[in-house]
Amino acid sequence: MVYGVILAGGIGSRMGKAEKPKQYLLIGSKPILVHTAEKFYIQKRFEKILVMCPKEWISHTKNLIKKYIPDADSIVVSEGGETRNETIMNAIGYIEENGGLDDDTVIVTHDAVRPFVTQRIIDENIRLAEKYGACDTVIASTDTIVCSDDGHKISEIPDRKKMYQGQTPQSFKAKKLLELYRGLSEEEKEVLTDASKIYVIKGEKVSLVEGEVFNIKVTYPYDLRVAEALLSEGDDIC
Amino acid sequence: MLNAVYRLVAPGRFEVEFNQVRIGNKNVIVRPTYLSICNADQRYYQGRRASEVMRDKLPMALIHEGIGEVVYDAGGNFRSGDEVVMIPNIPAEEDEFIAENYLRSSRFRASGADGFMQDLISIAPERLVRLPQGMKRHVAAFTEIVSVSVHTIRRFGLFAHARRNEVGIWGDGNLGYITSVLMKAIFPDTKIYVFGLDRNNLSGFTFADDTFCITDIPKELTVDHAFECVGGEGAPKAINQMIDYIRPEGTISIMGVSENPVPIDTRMILEKGLRLFGSSRSGREDFEKTMEIYNKNPEVLEYLSNLAGNRVAVHSIPDMNRAFESDVHFGFGKTVMEWRV
Repeated sequence: MVYGVILAGGIGSRMGKAEKPKQYLLIGSKPILVHTAEKFYIQKRFEKILVMCPKEWISHTKNLIKKYIPDADSIVVSEGGETRNETIMNAIGYIEENGGLDDDTVIVTHDAVRPFVTQRIIDENIRLAEKYGACDTVIASTDTIVCSDDGHKISEIPDRKKMYQGQTPQSFKAKKLLELYRGLSEEEKEVLTDASKIYVIKGEKVSLVEGEVFNIKVTYPYDLRVAEALLSEGDDIC
Repeated sequence: MLNAVYRLVAPGRFEVEFNQVRIGNKNVIVRPTYLSICNADQRYYQGRRASEVMRDKLPMALIHEGIGEVVYDAGGNFRSGDEVVMIPNIPAEEDEFIAENYLRSSRFRASGADGFMQDLISIAPERLVRLPQGMKRHVAAFTEIVSVSVHTIRRFGLFAHARRNEVGIWGDGNLGYITSVLMKAIFPDTKIYVFGLDRNNLSGFTFADDTFCITDIPKELTVDHAFECVGGEGAPKAINQMIDYIRPEGTISIMGVSENPVPIDTRMILEKGLRLFGSSRSGREDFEKTMEIYNKNPEVLEYLSNLAGNRVAVHSIPDMNRAFESDVHFGFGKTVMEWRV
């Protein structure tokens, strides 16, 4: 079985003076989170879609889903964790408790604040996670990446041809991800910025899905303006 | 839901924009799978429409010939995964006498509304027709142009007198080929003569009773009725030739699109008492009739599959350009984009 996991746990501290977490801000006529959830909702492969959000936003999120996606029985709103990976583990925990976890269970994890994801990207995530066990959505880096160990001087400039920018979804065989995560030391957990790294640290392969330049993460106020600009004005098909 | 729309913004230039698609209303959400390029799309892509038309229509997503897979239908008419052909005409009203494709209030995809070059299409359920099981998708992709021929032939059945021993079809391109194949299937006792300029193209019309180069038509040859599938700069010469070779009271069906007014020999039209009628686009009934023909006449699908020669997998905007550029150089046949964006 395949589950969608929408990560809506961020509190939006980089969004300036925005009062709400960024996933609840509007693009066009709907909250960002709703745009994203709809993309997952119409995917026939998903058994359930788990929307993982901060505890204090659960009721609000449920209300939004009810308002914009009526009769969405397949969408479950649940509490996220302290970190991104703890949130994913909570989602796997939900699947386990509800009898859906076996060796072939796949989770497609996605940032709530990437509403421009396409059906092709979701399809390929499901296909490659089922085939190879794990995959990550990326685009080739157009900027040169510069590494600095101390934040003052360049320590390395890697070959740009080998550099990619990570996006989401990231998709995994859920049981394997859980086992690998449980096998990490506390120090290893501390340096994790995303779930694919759990596989990489443990020497497991993660295949690549080609993302899209427009599959942006709405993180800063500037991103919200870009997102609004991408949306053609007054273009709402019934 | 934010939906990626790949619009032509200027000749040769596609850009992605987004619209909002609602789910849960009466519309069906369809993911396009195979899209076929039409001459009308090429005229926009190459900037061959009048500049005021280009200014008025662009930015706009191209393509009005295509099939897709149903992703979601709140109305329950379709199941996820159903393969459907999408009808590009968008009627706003019904009329007792006027067909949906002639109502001035109707809109048409890739002309007055965005075409099918999108991630998802939000479309009314009555604008979808299920494809026959097992049908080749590359062929199904250009069902719309087939339905246009079906539409014209149905009108021909209504307008033309009943002596239909010999019918001439002018044009050795895709439209001429499709119309000839269908005429042979619908009127098997009628002799079909095809008139064209390109001997290589004409050699592909093996199902026709005879083919003629337009510079070398036997003087004594005549036809009861004729179809014009030429359009463009060749239309005046073709129509006047048809007027010359048609018998009195014959019917000429005009199907080719011309950018400029066409001078024709009205004196001879009057003398022979000819009927000229135009046809454009098609409606739901024509699509349904096309499916009937596909089901009843497997040889039609076989002949049509000979057209699907240029297939281009499209993952990105550069691939879209590649498909349109290769279509320009692809003489005879259809360019079909395998839509994987």
